[in-house]
Amino acid sequence: MKFWDTLSGLDRRILYLLLALAVALPLILKPHVAIRTSEPVRRAFNAVESLPEGSVVMISIDYDPSSAPEVQPMLVAILRHCFRRNLKVILTGQLALGLPLGEIALNQVAPEMNKTYGVDYVNIGYRPGYTAMMVGIGREIRDYFQTDYRGVPLDSFEFMRAVHNYRDIGLLVSLAHGGVADAWIIYVGGRFGQRIVVGCTGVNAPNLYQFYSSGQLAGLIGGLQGASEYETLIDRPGSATLGMPAQSVAHGLIILLLCIGNLGFLISRRRKKN
Amino acid sequence: MLKRNLPLAIVFTTALLLVAAFFIPHRPFGDLESRFLNWYAIVAGFTYLLGIDSLARHHILRVTRRAPGWPFSLLLVLALFGTLGLGVYSWFKFQSPFALRAPFMWLYTYMIIPLQATMFATLAFFIVSAAYRAFRVRNFSATLLLLAACLVMFGNVPLGGEVWRAVASAMHKVIPSIDPAALGALEIPAVVKDWLMKVGQTAAVRGIGIGLSLGGIAMSLRIVLGIERTYLSS
Repeated sequence: MKFWDTLSGLDRRILYLLLALAVALPLILKPHVAIRTSEPVRRAFNAVESLPEGSVVMISIDYDPSSAPEVQPMLVAILRHCFRRNLKVILTGQLALGLPLGEIALNQVAPEMNKTYGVDYVNIGYRPGYTAMMVGIGREIRDYFQTDYRGVPLDSFEFMRAVHNYRDIGLLVSLAHGGVADAWIIYVGGRFGQRIVVGCTGVNAPNLYQFYSSGQLAGLIGGLQGASEYETLIDRPGSATLGMPAQSVAHGLIILLLCIGNLGFLISRRRKKN
Repeated sequence: MLKRNLPLAIVFTTALLLVAAFFIPHRPFGDLESRFLNWYAIVAGFTYLLGIDSLARHHILRVTRRAPGWPFSLLLVLALFGTLGLGVYSWFKFQSPFALRAPFMWLYTYMIIPLQATMFATLAFFIVSAAYRAFRVRNFSATLLLLAACLVMFGNVPLGGEVWRAVASAMHKVIPSIDPAALGALEIPAVVKDWLMKVGQTAAVRGIGIGLSLGGIAMSLRIVLGIERTYLSS
C-alpha cells in the first residue's frame, strides 16, 4: 500500500533530477537518430524550393530568446536553403528583442554561403504596431521602412528597388512563438493572398494546424522536431538534429512517469475501495 | 453629457469609417485607412514610452521608500537604464545596437539570451512535475486526454519510430512472413500523431476559434453601438 502511494506521489526533486539527466546525457553522448519528415514540413521546404531563382523571401522574426532553442535552428536552415537557391532575403521582425537573433543568424549563414549584404539580403529592422505595418506593406513597403536597420535607404540596394509590396515578395516566412503568425495569416494571407510559411514553437503548432489544413499556410514547421526535419530536407544537420535525441528521451521519460504515476494511483485507489 | 456622448460618437464614427475603408479600398476611404494605420503605428510607439515611464516611476518610488523587496526594484531600474544606455551608445558608435561588435549585442548575447532561455527551460521541469501529479485516469475524458497526449509525445520524436521498428523486428521473429523493413517504414506512431494533430485537435481548436471570433464580433458591436461602456469607466 505504502509503496504504491509513494510511487503515485514521487518527490518533485526526483522528477527534476530524472528530467535533467534525460536531457543532458543524450546531449553529451550524441547518439544518432533517424529523422522522419512530415508533410507540413515537406510542404514548407517545397514552398522555398519551388521559387524561381532571384525571388524575394521575406522572413519575419516573431520570436525572442525564450523560444530561440526551438525556432532559431529553423531560421538558420531556411536561410541556408534560400541562399543555396539564390533567393533574395528581406529580414524583418515584429518583436524588438527578437531582431538581434536574425542578425546573429545572418552573420552566421551569409559568410559560409558567400552572400553579401545589400546584394543578396537586407535587414529592414523593426517597427511598432505590427498589424498596421502588415497591412501598410500591402501598398508600399517604403511607407514603413524607408531605410534598413542601419539607416541606409532601401533604394540604395539594387534588388530592393523592385520590391514595393507583397506582389514583389514570393514567400513570407513568419518564425513565431505567439499570435503574430496568426496576424500575418489574417491580415496578409487573407487580404493580399500572400503565400505564407510559419515556423513556430511546439506549443504553438496545434493552434496553427487549422490554417495549414485549410490551405491558408503553404507549410508549417512545428517545434524542434520540425526544425530537425527541415535540416534533414536540406541535408545539413544542425542544432535541432543534435537536440532530437534529448527530446526523444525526455518524451519517453514523461510517458514512463505518467504510466508509473497512474499505475500507483489505480492500485492504491483499488486497495482503498477494498 | 458631452463627456459621455462625445467619446461614444468618436468610437461609432471611427468604426464606421474603418469598416468602409476595408470594403472600399478607393479614394477617399483607402487614404483614410492609410492615415488611421499611421496613427496606430505612432500611438503604438508611444505606448512603449508610457510603459517605460510607468515601470520606472513605480520602481524608483519603491526604492526611495525602501519598500519590501526594494533591492530587486533597484536592480530592475539599473538594468532598464543600463540596457537603454548601452543601446543608445551602440547606436551612435556602431550605427545600430544590433551590430555584432556593439556593447548592446554583448549584453544581448551573454545576458538576455541565456536568462530568457533559462526562464523558459525551467517550465519543462514544472510541467513534468505537474503532469505527473495531475494527469490521472480519474474518468473517461481524463483517460482519453492522457492517451492522446502520450500518443502525440511518442509519435512526435524519433523515439516513436525507433520503438516501432523494434516492434516490427520482433513481429518478424514471431511471424516470419512479415517484412520488418516494410512494416517499420509505416511508422504507425508518427501516422497516429499526424492524424491527431490534423484532424482531432484541429476540430477542437476550430470550435474554440469560432467561439472566440463570435465573442469578439459581439463585443465589438457592443462597443461600436455604445452598449459596452466600461472603457469610459461607466
